[in-house]
Amino acid sequence: MMKKFGFTINAKRAIDLDINDRSIARQVAARVPSWSLCIGCGGCSATCTAGALTDYNFRKLHLLARRGETSALRKQLNNCMLCGKCTLQCPRGVNTRGVIAALMELLPKE
Amino acid sequence: MAAKRVIVIGGGVAGMQAAITLKNNGISPMLIERDINLGGKLTRWDRLFPCGTPANEVIGKQIESLSELGIRTVLCGEVSEITPSDGHVEVTLTDGSNYEAEAVIITTGFDLFNATVKEEYGYKIYPNVITSADLEDMFKEGEVRCADGSEPRSVAILHCVGSRDSQIGHGHCSRVCCITGVKQAIELKQAYPDCEVYNFYMDMRMFGSGYEELYKEAQQRYRINFVRGRISECSGTIDSRVRIKAEDTLAGRPLKMTVDMLVLMIGKQAPASNAKFASELGIGLSEDGFLKGVDNFDGATATSCEGIFVAGTATGPKNIGESMAEAVSAAMKAVEYVNRLS
Repeated sequence: MMKKFGFTINAKRAIDLDINDRSIARQVAARVPSWSLCIGCGGCSATCTAGALTDYNFRKLHLLARRGETSALRKQLNNCMLCGKCTLQCPRGVNTRGVIAALMELLPKE
Repeated sequence: MAAKRVIVIGGGVAGMQAAITLKNNGISPMLIERDINLGGKLTRWDRLFPCGTPANEVIGKQIESLSELGIRTVLCGEVSEITPSDGHVEVTLTDGSNYEAEAVIITTGFDLFNATVKEEYGYKIYPNVITSADLEDMFKEGEVRCADGSEPRSVAILHCVGSRDSQIGHGHCSRVCCITGVKQAIELKQAYPDCEVYNFYMDMRMFGSGYEELYKEAQQRYRINFVRGRISECSGTIDSRVRIKAEDTLAGRPLKMTVDMLVLMIGKQAPASNAKFASELGIGLSEDGFLKGVDNFDGATATSCEGIFVAGTATGPKNIGESMAEAVSAAMKAVEYVNRLS
């Protein structure tokens, strides 16, 4: 029987920009050019009703999409109620609803 | 009555502007420059933010004015001593020559941060780690190349190298590196549209007129990638690329990537001469070694030593317009001062 020493191998945590596929990010940027203007201030997630009730975080979600970390994003998107409050408050004028619509279309269906 | 005399030490943009202002206001100025050329740090820069004005154009105009106004200029003149005494100031150079005036304006500028101090970034260790000043050299030469002569396909630009870093005792923000990072990223994209450019920053400080607009242009028109996270360390790969590690703070996760070239946005630090002038003349020094005026407002260009005025980046990091404006202010304070002398 193999002796167990208590060591384990952890899954890699780094966002690996060498291998991540960022084609969806490029398509969203092409469709909603203002997407590129985000400075990550968090105003969108602060005002978000869904974010107040769940762990849905639009700032983090769309950033992960930008980095090509797209797995599991689709399910999170379902929390959005498309109320558009995020668009109304964005200091950089990002069409956040447009980004959500584009992501809903472009992210692979589960 | 002979015209009153004022000596300006340092022939960068501030020094030249001060000398021109003095002359236009009836004073006889003399400009002393340590280098063989006038223009200071700008002589190494190619184009300027936010409009892409050639640096040569800015200093060229000033040099032309100096010559038209017949302002006396001493090149290769290194100041060894400034001796103020009762309405007179004597300036001695290292070659033993002596000049006398009623007042002195110190416009000795700044030193670029020596990036080898931040060893973790591998400057002078990995061939494709360069500084913002090295990149300006390449822009001036007309092409940006990796160490092996190839065009870079991916470039990371790291902000705040030598600034806002208590590890090296530089607490100050150098102010202009943020906009320089944006400017250089755009210039890279203009020259090499297929090159992916990433700016790693802690904060983007777009304080000047036209800066925010340039930042937005970098984002939307040039699709430059902005990552909020400070690169913690780099290593070289077997093919001489640069592997960087940072935290993508907004994603709350570690980030790594390999790029063809890493550009370090080196900051401004106080020149060694500041400490010497401060101790000899009794002028105040800021925590980061910059010369202090008597206050931050109306007295910003006057010092606690009578007859000695200061302007430009010798008093702290500034952009070119600010340096010139401060030089005009210092010159006018000097004019008021010497005209009060009997």
